[in-house]
Amino acid sequence: MVRAENVYKTFYTTHKIEALVDVSCRVDKGEVVVIIGPSGSGKSTILRCLNMLEKADEGHIYIDGVDILDPKTNINKVREEMGMVFQSFNLFRHKTALGNLTLAQTVVRKRSKKEAEEKAMVLLEKVGIPDKADSYPDNLSGGQQQRVAIARALAMNPKVMLFDEPTSALDPEMIGEVLDVMKTLALEGMTMIVVTHEMGFAREVADRVIFMDEGQIVEVGTPEHFFKNPTHDRTKLFLSQIL
Amino acid sequence: MAEGSFSVTDYLRTRGWRHISIFLFFLMILAVIGGIYYATQKVEYTWRWYRIPQYFYYHDRVEIRAEIGGDVASLVPKGDRVEVKVRGADVEEVYSVPADSLRVSEGDYIYPGDILGSYQQWKVGILLKGLWVTLEVSIIAVFLGIVIGLFTGLARISKNPALRWTAITYIELVRGSPLLVQIFIWYFVLGTMFNTLLAQNGMGQLSPLWYGVAALAVFAGAYVAEIVRAGIQSIHFGQMEAARSLGMTYPQSMHYIILPQAFRRILPPLAGQFISLIKDSSLLGIIAIRELTKATREVVTSSLQPFELWFVCAILYLVLTFSLSMFVQYLERRTAIGG
Ligand SMILES: Nc1ncnc2c1ncn2[C@@H]1O[C@H](COP(=O)(O)OP(=O)(O)OP(=O)(O)O)[C@@H](O)[C@H]1O
Ligand SMILES: [Mg+2]
Repeated sequence: MVRAENVYKTFYTTHKIEALVDVSCRVDKGEVVVIIGPSGSGKSTILRCLNMLEKADEGHIYIDGVDILDPKTNINKVREEMGMVFQSFNLFRHKTALGNLTLAQTVVRKRSKKEAEEKAMVLLEKVGIPDKADSYPDNLSGGQQQRVAIARALAMNPKVMLFDEPTSALDPEMIGEVLDVMKTLALEGMTMIVVTHEMGFAREVADRVIFMDEGQIVEVGTPEHFFKNPTHDRTKLFLSQIL
Repeated sequence: MAEGSFSVTDYLRTRGWRHISIFLFFLMILAVIGGIYYATQKVEYTWRWYRIPQYFYYHDRVEIRAEIGGDVASLVPKGDRVEVKVRGADVEEVYSVPADSLRVSEGDYIYPGDILGSYQQWKVGILLKGLWVTLEVSIIAVFLGIVIGLFTGLARISKNPALRWTAITYIELVRGSPLLVQIFIWYFVLGTMFNTLLAQNGMGQLSPLWYGVAALAVFAGAYVAEIVRAGIQSIHFGQMEAARSLGMTYPQSMHYIILPQAFRRILPPLAGQFISLIKDSSLLGIIAIRELTKATREVVTSSLQPFELWFVCAILYLVLTFSLSMFVQYLERRTAIGG
């Protein structure tokens, strides 16, 4: 479903930052993969490279068999099939919750307004806030905003969902409601790549956990492996710090 | 302090200062007006406000003249008009003349150009015509300025160096020289060239108005571009990323997500820019466009009532700029989030 091969990404700011160094991984259909690692380790960068919000310098990335780094690939078509949920929600501030869900459906998927609205209401129901359909993002709590954002991504019927620290900007009491939505999705068989610090979620839902540090994938394994006997010292150190 | 008693200090502490300030404000306005009036008395200026309306609208007598020579064959009353039939050697003409102004009777011999009668007609005065030209020039220039500014603003933040540098060059060139000089260049340089080319190809000349409009629009466009750029850049980049991650193209994201949000932020500075444009249109008189200021100058020369006329001129500009700013405030309310 998703395959990255020897991906490199370097940022040049005041100095050279090697955000990704020879990263290879694969995620199969229906799998839930959680990426963990310290701040600045390249978790966001690999996720953003997967849907070309960031262009990888080297290597190959295949989404559903399509090489997205090939200049001939229409990246918009690829992105239609990949939902992305951001740490800061990024809801369209001038649209209601409903408007957030219907816009891309009508513009990109060419669905009729009616069809898009029906789909939107089903999804708002699913994330538990159908009563907020007509609210603007500024009038929603963080947890509600993030659930709308997840519904917005789902409205496009994506094949893969990418989550970049979806609960990090939330007050503790709202984390649960967002994680619950994500758990339901996982149970329904959605392919998901989740960057998170929520180890409970990783333990409970993940099929595999990837540990990244300094732009590299250090260790990959099942949650049991990770939380019972991780092999690498860096993994042990990181886990001891956050658990 | 006992209930019910209300001393002067209490009054001053509460509403008093406010009332006194308002009173002082009006007193000041009155003093200024009075001062101006007093000064004009000193220089023996006679105010003749009653002469001003005629420069907006006036009653004009239009004469009806015969186009052929011949006898008045018949006079047929039709309501309060009379149909005068003039029969020449081999032609016949019928003129409809208001009955009370009729100057001929049946059997009269008429020469071509003789007056048969007259009627009164309201005509638009020169000031109103000037106001209209100012309005026309401003509206077209604002519209073009928005289009130019929008595309230049987008080009200014484009990743394509050709587009970006073109935009920067244009913006810097326009903002770096006086509008007056630009108007001269548009009319005397570009205008001369273009009109000569048109003439060589057997086409009609373009009137100065269009060069004036071009100068104003291109001038405003550069400023609007910077306003648009700042507006777009004030929208959090996450909005663009969210739109792109849903599969929307860059133009679609701009159209549906970024520009609608930027629009609200750029409305106030945009209004300021267009108010400037309306006022700057007063420079167009120098290339023989009879807008409000030039019209006023012409009337002043013939009427010798400069005081009234320049005040009227200023007030007319104020009406235009104030209406624009009201309209923009209305737009701001209309487009407020959740509104
Ligand atoms: N657009 C950018 N320009 C310059 N440097 C960047 C950019 N994006 C990321 N980086 C740098 O690349 C490195 C990896 O960043 P990344 O955001 O992928 O880390 P992360 O693992 O997501 O960290 P966090 O947990 O803080 O989100 C960091 O050193 C970061 O400063
Ligand atoms: Mg990150």
